[in-house]
Amino acid sequence: MAGHTAPPSLRVRPAGRHALLVEVGDPAAALALATWARSAGVEAVEVVPAAETVLFDGVSDPGALAARLGDWSPTPSQERAGALVEVPVAYDGADLDFVADAWGTDVAGVVERHTATEFVSAFCGFAPGFAYLAGLPADLAVPRLESPRPRVPAGSIGLAGTWCGTYPTASPGGWRLLGRTDAPLWDPDRDEPALLAPGTRVRFVAR
Amino acid sequence: MSLHVVEVGPLVTVQDRGRRGHAHLGVPRAGALDTRAADLANRVVGNDPDAAVLEVLMGGLVLRSDVGRWVAVTGASGPGRAAWLAAGAELRVEPPATGLRSYVAVAGGIAVPPVLGSRSTDTLSWVGPPRVEAGARLPVGRPLREPPAFDVPRPPAPGPLRIVPGPRDDWFAPGALDRLCAAAYVVTADSDRIGLRLDGPPLERVRPGELASEGMVLGAVQVPPDGRPVVFLADHPPTGGYPVIGVVDEDDLWQCAQVRPGERVRFTRRQPDPARAAARR
Repeated sequence: MAGHTAPPSLRVRPAGRHALLVEVGDPAAALALATWARSAGVEAVEVVPAAETVLFDGVSDPGALAARLGDWSPTPSQERAGALVEVPVAYDGADLDFVADAWGTDVAGVVERHTATEFVSAFCGFAPGFAYLAGLPADLAVPRLESPRPRVPAGSIGLAGTWCGTYPTASPGGWRLLGRTDAPLWDPDRDEPALLAPGTRVRFVAR
Repeated sequence: MSLHVVEVGPLVTVQDRGRRGHAHLGVPRAGALDTRAADLANRVVGNDPDAAVLEVLMGGLVLRSDVGRWVAVTGASGPGRAAWLAAGAELRVEPPATGLRSYVAVAGGIAVPPVLGSRSTDTLSWVGPPRVEAGARLPVGRPLREPPAFDVPRPPAPGPLRIVPGPRDDWFAPGALDRLCAAAYVVTADSDRIGLRLDGPPLERVRPGELASEGMVLGAVQVPPDGRPVVFLADHPPTGGYPVIGVVDEDDLWQCAQVRPGERVRFTRRQPDPARAAARR
């Protein structure tokens, strides 16, 4: 999530009559644009950051929104504005040895690198409250499982590419599992139902 | 005041106008698939348009109310008029002769507790109330008003699904959208509240590689690698990784709620002229 030195080129694509898909190029810029849009009160029912884009849906005047987006450029403060959440982890995942091999270290080394990294939730998807956490450098990328596990337990913490992900509920999954947390990742009765909503900064703590 | 669910068919869910503002947390919008039928059902029993109704797939629902209430059945089965359901009497929703989904409105609305601002059940991740099972008791709210004395619903006219190109039409071979609009596509049996899955001439992609996961809108026509389009309906995942060649107009999506497996749908390019679009309504 390095800061941008130059404004990215925005490309705005229509998605039906009431939505715009804005290409910004990377997760940091997508999060920055989504954060700005919410704070600026941009008129949209949904603002959905993703890996390289932000979707604005439920927009009554897409032309006016597109014009307004022309003034935007990312700033580091937009990227780092979120609260910091500490997530306790029992590092007992099924893929710890695999990740240790991939990183050229041992299990203790994996835990050390993982707990030393400050992640930021770039976006949610796949399931309610499933957060895609950015922060691992490219040289620590790990491949997904070749075939997904039929069931990954709730609270699992895994890696795929340079993403770190959290499974709020049990589901099939292909991420490399490091461990589990009992932190309440998803609770629809809370004001903020996702513990790791986009923009939240995250540190994992071994327990 | 409550409704006792005596029998259910293949799928009965509580639906309102859906859950808004949570797509960025991975929560589908949900809501009634045939919004016109759901709106009509609410209107004729005197409810506000955001009252929750029952969406009934292929009939099979039997209800009993503990007090007298106005009810209406619309959509695939039902006359679309308010009828008085006396205390202890049974309301049966028969399997429809055509279409798939019926809507049952009760004066006062189905009053299950809302989750994230909506009473809709999302069948992708099961946010919202559980599916309705036999033996359930569904709370019902207080009626707001008497049914309107006079309501002549204009029956919606089916037609080709109007489509706006994009956002990823440039991932496909030139003429792919024309091909989509030229052929009839057959609805396949794995269609559901998440998507209408179609079989027909495959849409050829020209751009190799993978699309990074991105936000998806209602009505998006997503094209997986086999080239067979899927129209995203109310329970669609908020993000997806296959390119979207076009988006079906929201005004036409009610048809996707009622078209059966084996039946055909057609697409047509939506004309951009707003005056023409207004004249059509």
